[in-house]
Amino acid sequence: MALLEVRDLSVSFSTPDGVVHAVNGLSFDLEPGETLGLVGESGSGKTQTALALMGLLADNGRASGSVKFRDQELLGMSSRELTRVRGSKISMIFQDPISSLNPYLSIGDQLIEVLTHHRSLKRKAARERAVEMLERVRIGDPLARMRQFPHELSGGMCQRIMIAMGLLCQPDLLIADEPTTALDVTVQSQINALMGELSEKSSTAILLITHDLGVVAGLCDRVMVMYAGQEMEMAPVVTLFAEPAHPYTEGLLNSVPRLDRARSGILNAIPGNPPNLLQVPAGCPFSARCRHAWEACRERPAFAEVGPDHYKRCHLERLPEAPPET
Amino acid sequence: MNESERDAFDQALDTRVIQGRSLWVDAWHRLLKNRAALASLLVLVVMVALVIIGPMMSDWDHEIPDWDNYSTPPSLETGHLFGTDALGRDLFVRTLIGGRISLLVGIVATLVSLLIGISYGAIAGYFGGRVDNLMMRFVDGIYAMPFMFFVIVLMVIFGRNIFLIFVAIGAVNWLDMARIVRGQTLSLKNKPFVEAARACGATEMQIIRRHIVPNLLGVVIVYVTLTIPQVILIESFLSFLGLGVQEPLTSWGALVNEGAQELETAPWSLLFPAGFLAATLFAFNFLGDGLRDALDPKDRV
Amino acid sequence: MRQPVLKVRDLSVHFRVDAGRLFRHDYRTVRAVDGVSFDVMPAETLGIVGESGCGKSTLARALLGLVSAQGGSISWLGEELVGLGEETMRGKRREIQMIFQDPSGSLDPRMTVGEIVAEPLKTFYPSMSRLQIRERVQGMMQMVGLLPDQINRYPHEFSGGQCQRIGIARALVVNPRLVVCDEPVSALDVSIQAQIVNLLKDLQKKLQLSLIFIAHDLSVVRHVSDRVMVMYLGKLMELADRDSIYLSPRHPYTRALIESVPIPDPVLERERARRVLDGDIPSPLDPPPGCVFHSRCPHARDACQAEVPAVETLEDGAQVACLFHRELAAHGPAVQSPDQGSGVADSSSVSETDSSSPEPR
Repeated sequence: MALLEVRDLSVSFSTPDGVVHAVNGLSFDLEPGETLGLVGESGSGKTQTALALMGLLADNGRASGSVKFRDQELLGMSSRELTRVRGSKISMIFQDPISSLNPYLSIGDQLIEVLTHHRSLKRKAARERAVEMLERVRIGDPLARMRQFPHELSGGMCQRIMIAMGLLCQPDLLIADEPTTALDVTVQSQINALMGELSEKSSTAILLITHDLGVVAGLCDRVMVMYAGQEMEMAPVVTLFAEPAHPYTEGLLNSVPRLDRARSGILNAIPGNPPNLLQVPAGCPFSARCRHAWEACRERPAFAEVGPDHYKRCHLERLPEAPPET
Repeated sequence: MNESERDAFDQALDTRVIQGRSLWVDAWHRLLKNRAALASLLVLVVMVALVIIGPMMSDWDHEIPDWDNYSTPPSLETGHLFGTDALGRDLFVRTLIGGRISLLVGIVATLVSLLIGISYGAIAGYFGGRVDNLMMRFVDGIYAMPFMFFVIVLMVIFGRNIFLIFVAIGAVNWLDMARIVRGQTLSLKNKPFVEAARACGATEMQIIRRHIVPNLLGVVIVYVTLTIPQVILIESFLSFLGLGVQEPLTSWGALVNEGAQELETAPWSLLFPAGFLAATLFAFNFLGDGLRDALDPKDRV
Repeated sequence: MRQPVLKVRDLSVHFRVDAGRLFRHDYRTVRAVDGVSFDVMPAETLGIVGESGCGKSTLARALLGLVSAQGGSISWLGEELVGLGEETMRGKRREIQMIFQDPSGSLDPRMTVGEIVAEPLKTFYPSMSRLQIRERVQGMMQMVGLLPDQINRYPHEFSGGQCQRIGIARALVVNPRLVVCDEPVSALDVSIQAQIVNLLKDLQKKLQLSLIFIAHDLSVVRHVSDRVMVMYLGKLMELADRDSIYLSPRHPYTRALIESVPIPDPVLERERARRVLDGDIPSPLDPPPGCVFHSRCPHARDACQAEVPAVETLEDGAQVACLFHRELAAHGPAVQSPDQGSGVADSSSVSETDSSSPEPR
């Protein structure tokens, strides 16, 4: 049984300029202990998907469809029940670690509060558990850190603390929204190494949201590529990078300059700009930028299986040979 | 090519060019969707038109009494729509003339404070450091003066004069404006586009004129719509105390004062000026709120 | 022999900051840029990489005179820029322009595209007629891939990538010789990043521009630069040709940076031998004594704490600031190149070896 079953999830926001369709009929499963990467560019709906799962959409947002966590429907759940699930069974870490911690409470107080609230531990037991957790996320001198406040710590340190806080209650699912984007490269690799290690050792499933294909390659078991709030392709990580089946995935992979490759003239950029989510095109949302687009693309393709555990939303039978690198 | 030819040429070029929607146009469209603000705007337009045209249309004059009607209630027969006061002067005309003065004081004094406040605040905020410190301490100094005493002393020394009211109100109101503008400028000058302008070789004054001031206008406009009623209220207060405009000229404040004295015998002489005053203040405040919502960039997706 | 357009020698930019608490001042000097030297050749791209606090953005601003340098020299076409008056420096900005990180934030929201791109023209060529300006602006818009009929549109009507194109048009409209690009693509999506990188390289070739390309993304820098400078806490760590810096980094910090970048290939990425640096970047308020990197350096010895390493120029022109770089050179390449021999002739011998156990060179 899947840990998380998302079916036909849509998220829209009503704004003064019209209705923004951030997520349009998204479906996926997440197995226990698995790490699934949600990849997409800004406006692809990956963050809004996560917020919808957590019931944390902005006031003008509306989610429809179904999100089942351990057979329990999360959408439409009362906020009291949701609070119980959040933090204890599902937790989330954000892109900006410093501002997601409360500046007026010490690190220790914030960690202890989570445990006394969700696990009804006594303060002393909670403190011990918190220190233990800080050690697990490789924070030196945890006792001293417990007394400090978020602004006294670096971004990397705060992100470790956020991860520690996320894992305190041993949740079944950890949602990580761009956990390393705001950090420096060397610190980023520390955090990535830590996440990799934790996902191996614990049974927590991770939903990793990122735009960085390198991070996905290093950490994820399966990857879902999103564009304009729809899934474009989903595959095990090795398959996705080795044999991308969707033109968008291929375009993304080709457009990143790679550190391990020497310069090869111009990059294969994807032409055009991302769609305006106020008017999502009726057909394939990527067709306007797709070099293989043809008449059939005016209709929305189905999300069809193309190989073992490999799905794509595209009318093409298979991708034509990639253009030679110039 | 002379100027007009060039304009024509530009226009011809422009027809081939897509017109963008500026932030102002966007804000205007949002304001049009706000019923309360729109109604307020309408009320104000009607009010301004009325005080300008109304007295010319009327058969009566604000100074000359109607010898047949002292303190008569509003009636169509006598032609005194709002009745007359104890001296037999037509209250309709007097209310509108009073509105002229009140609105004039409100708008002119606000504009004066706007001009001083924007340049003062923008310069203090943009240059910062010691200049800012010096300029803002001066503002603090004036702030510390008890305003009402200041006005009363002015009135006592120079006699009652409408010009003095402008000076007195303007002298105090620009302080607020300067503070607000300075605060906005401080945050604007750290915006990347200001640095970009410096990198493009713009001089400090060009930056203030082209980049700082236009971006201040949104906040300033909101503040103006909230300042005008405040000034009108101050003027009314002064007039109510008998320190305002001199007879036979009048203002809403002075009329309310007179009306209050005859409240029991001639309630209409309080009701109409007070109603006009309240409606105007209401409209300005609603409009200000609406403008704030319309200009607030947080709404943007 | 070609002469460099820009010669920077021993440049220092310091800020005085108040690190004190309430009622107690504690003025300290932040050496944002500390004794940095480099040259920029005509039509060359110099990449500058480093993490936050390394001083790369301050360096960019010092080159344009947006912050003033405390010491050293910036020689632009033989003319000294440090210590120039505000007025003269403003004039120099016609020749040295800048592109900014925040694409839409660096455009005045109340101005149309036409006004934004025309601004430097109005400043530097006040006698230009409106018609000439319009022609030049529309020509420029076309050059950066914007439709000229959008001249009257406002920045909020464009996407991030298009806004960056407007920023590029503004920088290039006065025909500068050097453009300083401060993280020009880091705020953009990957598919758009590639467009902008291509555009910059294309324009560079067409207009024979010199570029200083500042970024924290090493992959992009590798792609665009001819030479790369690595900075850490205001100091130059290493400066070398692009391929030599990526294939045989000499400074342990350069190596750590390269090893930190994830590679978008699950097989390679998981097999990579990498050493993750410990700890955080120290505060620029009190950098470590001696070599600023020693507190995180895996090879640090006692001498590193005591002595500030001088920048040493090697046989091939590379510059390194490390006391022990010769000994460390035996550690082999940081990145195993999978694309055998595609353009990098001298490195292919390395790439064909077993990718998980780097062999000493």
